[in-house]
Amino acid sequence: MALLKMKFSQQRRVRLAQGLWLLSWLAVMCGAFIFCLGVYLKIELLRRDEVMENTEIHVVPNLLMMVGLASIGANWVASRVCQDSLDASRFPRWKVLLLGWYAVALLLCCLLLAVVVLSYALQGRLEESLKVGLRNGIRFYKDTDVPGRCFQKETIDRLQMEFRCCGNNNFKDWFEVQWVSNRYLDFTSQEVKDRMRSNVDGRYLLDGVPFSCCNPASPRPCLQNQLTDSRAHYNYEYQSEELNLYSRGCRQALTDYYMGLMNSTGPGVLSVILIQMAVVMRYLQTAVEGAMALESPEGESEGYILEKDVKATYADVKAKALDLLKFAQVDPASEAAGAEEGEKADEATEKAATTAA
Amino acid sequence: MPFLSLKFNLQKRVKLAQGLWMLYWLAVIVGIILFSLGIFFKIELRKRSEIMDNNESHLVPNLLILVGMLSCGLNAFGGKLCHDSLDPQKFSKMKPMLRPYMLLCCGFNALLLLLVLLCFLMQFAVYLTLAEGLKNAIRFYKDTDTPGRCFMKRTLDMTQIEFRCCGNNNFRDWFEVQWISNRYLDMSNDVVKDRVLSNVEGKYLMDSVPFSCCNPGSPRPCIQHHLTNNSAHYDYDHRTEELNIWNRGCRQAVFSYYSGIMNSIGALLIFTMVLEAGDMAGLKYLSTALETMADPENPECESEGWLLEKGFKETLADLLSKVKTFGRANQVEEGGASPDVAAT
Repeated sequence: MALLKMKFSQQRRVRLAQGLWLLSWLAVMCGAFIFCLGVYLKIELLRRDEVMENTEIHVVPNLLMMVGLASIGANWVASRVCQDSLDASRFPRWKVLLLGWYAVALLLCCLLLAVVVLSYALQGRLEESLKVGLRNGIRFYKDTDVPGRCFQKETIDRLQMEFRCCGNNNFKDWFEVQWVSNRYLDFTSQEVKDRMRSNVDGRYLLDGVPFSCCNPASPRPCLQNQLTDSRAHYNYEYQSEELNLYSRGCRQALTDYYMGLMNSTGPGVLSVILIQMAVVMRYLQTAVEGAMALESPEGESEGYILEKDVKATYADVKAKALDLLKFAQVDPASEAAGAEEGEKADEATEKAATTAA
Repeated sequence: MPFLSLKFNLQKRVKLAQGLWMLYWLAVIVGIILFSLGIFFKIELRKRSEIMDNNESHLVPNLLILVGMLSCGLNAFGGKLCHDSLDPQKFSKMKPMLRPYMLLCCGFNALLLLLVLLCFLMQFAVYLTLAEGLKNAIRFYKDTDTPGRCFMKRTLDMTQIEFRCCGNNNFRDWFEVQWISNRYLDMSNDVVKDRVLSNVEGKYLMDSVPFSCCNPGSPRPCIQHHLTNNSAHYDYDHRTEELNIWNRGCRQAVFSYYSGIMNSIGALLIFTMVLEAGDMAGLKYLSTALETMADPENPECESEGWLLEKGFKETLADLLSKVKTFGRANQVEEGGASPDVAAT
């Protein structure tokens, strides 16, 4: 009793082949899209390399690129199979490959599922990496004369302006580090000396932020210094001022951006298409094979997913696997039975000979 | 003596038709590109219309959109002509449409030429509008509570950040206007009162710039205020300081952006003109080759194709005489009237 049997006339077989050909080219486009998505994600991650501490998250774009390329190849093969399927002379050479194709399609579906799961699972690691990277960036903001860190300032400034964020969690992170280099501090000034002595590490801390935290949408020209002192500026209330600086932290902004990129629907769509293709391909394969076995190739044939039902197929596969394992072993019981049968056959021929004679 | 005539046998005609078909479809793709460039240019002008005083001219992008659509239509029709040309029945149906079509293509080429000239000449208009618009934008920077100008501050800040520029000609333009609204000035403060009284119009002027003029590439945290006062900042000399704020003026920066767009559009239009001329020449060859077939029933026969029926000078003379007679159509001819009178 075959699983999900359907009858296919010649016309329906042609339609099936055409539909599958279209579906396979659609899947090639999807595969190309997934590849481009992987490349774009990798480029974006590499651009912000400086504020990330580790590269664990790179496994997602790497997988996407691999799966994209593999699916382009596999679906191109599928389209060739469709083109040849209605030609009885050319179809047999694909028969051998089809089992491999099913395996590849299954593998690709699993990988796509893995990508989706990974992109959610690695969100925590991405946030950790960004937290450490941004913390270092803010600490080394002032070191524009130290080789290897000269561009931290520019990187952080551009990052804050582009993603409209300030600091790691919020703008108060800037109050805890010295972000003005000692080169630009007048150590003879009393104010500077007071500030340096006011904390244990001897750092020049102030309640001010760099200019890149400023929000252009504020109706008021940007207030950068003495932010916690409501009396330092006219008509300014520290607690209720919202528009002056960006209120979001850069870690949150970057995480949202990357999660948005990774959670796009590409992998989901492609896996759905692959599953559909596998089902249709199986129908096509069985229908065409049935047609080739018929006396008149134009007649009706049956298509199915599995030749017998699930239990019987499973028993078959198990038996085949055990056979394969026992291939090298010599079986003493079967040898003795074979010897007995051989003797019985000899006796029968002797009897036949005597009766004949 | 036909001008630039060539002999065609069946194979050459077929090759000509196929090549011309591909060329027409290339022209359709170029038309689509022109259409999308027109839309892109229109959007870019709209995006920054606030710093251009909202009276920038949309003539070039509108014409470009029109030209793109026309090009698609005309060239698709031309492609269809080529496709049908090798089938004698369809070709005889198409024959009467050839002459008006060629005239339309000539007109279209003239329109393309006009658009190329406009692309290069309108850049002056853009420059002048930008100068005026930026001057007003800097003046209205502080008016974030005036309806119609609330977003001037944000627009100008984003422009200065995006184009890496400061002020109209340079950063000193900010010293001449009051860019802090009176709402945020403490009028009871002596410093404020001194500044306001120090100039005729009672404006609060300072030697400072907004934060959007700051250059992130500077090794030093940005110095926005007291820019001309060396003693206000440690280790600062305003004459030699180059990296602190952007040196370029926004008029120059934004203009070179738009000028780049317009120049590339002009170059693409020149390419389109050459392509169209090539298409027209090919179509003329194909149509004359098909018309001069000695034996229309036999497709294998040879025929001749040309660009102009008579030589170049003769065609010009013909055209001139046609134009003259066209002008004289309504005039009564004196020479013609007198023989009649003499006859009677």
